[in-house]
Amino acid sequence: MTDTRTEGVEALGGTADVIVVGAGVIGCATAYNLALRGRSVVVLERDESIGNGGSSRNGGGVRQSGRDARELPLAMYAVEHLWPSLSEELGADVEYVKKGNLRLGKTEHHLEVLQGLAKTGREHGLDMRMLSTDEVRELNPFLSDEVIGASWCPTDGHANPLRTTLAFYRRARALGVRFVTGVDVLGVRTVRGRARQVVTSVGVFEGDEIVLAAGLGTRRLAASVGIDVPMRGLLIEALVTEAEPRMFPQMLGTADADFYGHQTAHGSFVFGGDSGLEESNGYAGGVPTASITAPAICRSIMKYVPRLADAKIVRTWAGWEDECADGVPVISTVDEVPGLTLACAFTGHGFGISPIVGRLVAELCCGEKTTLDVTAFRYDRFRAWA
Amino acid sequence: MSDEAVRMTTNGASRSFSPAPLDRSRGLGDFVPAPDDDVLVCRCEEVTKGDIRRAVHDGMYTMTEVRRYLRVGMGLCQGQSCTKLVRRIMAAELGVSPAALDAETSRAPMRPVEMRVLGNEEAAGGADAR
Repeated sequence: MTDTRTEGVEALGGTADVIVVGAGVIGCATAYNLALRGRSVVVLERDESIGNGGSSRNGGGVRQSGRDARELPLAMYAVEHLWPSLSEELGADVEYVKKGNLRLGKTEHHLEVLQGLAKTGREHGLDMRMLSTDEVRELNPFLSDEVIGASWCPTDGHANPLRTTLAFYRRARALGVRFVTGVDVLGVRTVRGRARQVVTSVGVFEGDEIVLAAGLGTRRLAASVGIDVPMRGLLIEALVTEAEPRMFPQMLGTADADFYGHQTAHGSFVFGGDSGLEESNGYAGGVPTASITAPAICRSIMKYVPRLADAKIVRTWAGWEDECADGVPVISTVDEVPGLTLACAFTGHGFGISPIVGRLVAELCCGEKTTLDVTAFRYDRFRAWA
Repeated sequence: MSDEAVRMTTNGASRSFSPAPLDRSRGLGDFVPAPDDDVLVCRCEEVTKGDIRRAVHDGMYTMTEVRRYLRVGMGLCQGQSCTKLVRRIMAAELGVSPAALDAETSRAPMRPVEMRVLGNEEAAGGADAR
């Protein structure tokens, strides 16, 4: 059978110290960190464009508050040590802003939820507390009278995910990483018990180490060597307004989780949210937006920030989350398949921790002691209930 | 993975769109400044021809990447004025046909719409309906 797509295209293929599958922010950050360690790297990407999955479709949160206790150390490390200097390090402005996260409440029940989050944060050393109605107003005078309190994490923030992903890519490429896009990766093949070959539509790529950072696609690829990661796709949506006058620098979220967002360096507001029908929205594949979702997000936003009612929506989009069965990612080598490292199932909050994850995955690949403990993210932590 | 398994995966894969494979390690040569580099191409976001040509040499090989890298076509007109020009400039820099580049993504809404309008739940005939 002839594949018309590859007909006439010379076989690509090749060898490198490490083959990374997936050119999202995690794959690009991993490639960059491997290149810093002097490793030769090939990155393979199914899409025509770099970072065209969740990496360029998320809300840009660089958030520690509200994280699972297992993930919190990664977020705190990234915020303290990596994000502040990332623009300088990568030679491109990633628009990182560290002006705090307000999680808003409108009811007593909301405030209880927020108190719980703040308590968990504090127990793990995160500076996080509750704000009174007046204190919230002082920080953000644009909020509606319905808001009666908020949790506040002053060291949270946001960045531009599009620019960050491409900045990791550009820097990695400048350091000699070879990127091949538009290739279907079919599976991993072992040689003498070690992961060694990545079989693609255009040829075989061989490496001493193989990293799977392909989002949802990782499940199919890991299965080719008998490993399963329990995750599923969830299609969620976001929107952006035209540029507005500078209003507030904090990242906003709500106890109800009905929307989240911030004002970007460009002046536009980026908001994410949902309609409640997400379970069925992605049934036909692709990345469609549903006509019902953006209006629902708008209604939620206007209840909290009435001033934005006149802001014009210029674009809406959707993206797939690789939602892990237990809500935190898999960042792990694989006992049964030496040479294989997994970095997937980021569950919609991978962007904020991507700079440290890139380093951790590179360290795992190179057999170094990891900067942070990653045992909570092992691939074999999942247990059936009987 | 066995050859048989590889074949099975190949046959089982179904994708509506199959992009052409591209090895990005093949260099384009050095960026050469041109006299018309300061011509404004995207008026909404004030992006010049030189910005776009330089972005290609920074590794931005698709319409999607250049848009995300420079914001060209992401302003108020959503690329309705400049997209063809951007496509032509990129194609020339990459040495490919403009048609070989990825199609630009059209996203709802067709025109910028105020939140209060997009979020309006009133049924036709209601107080706010026109």
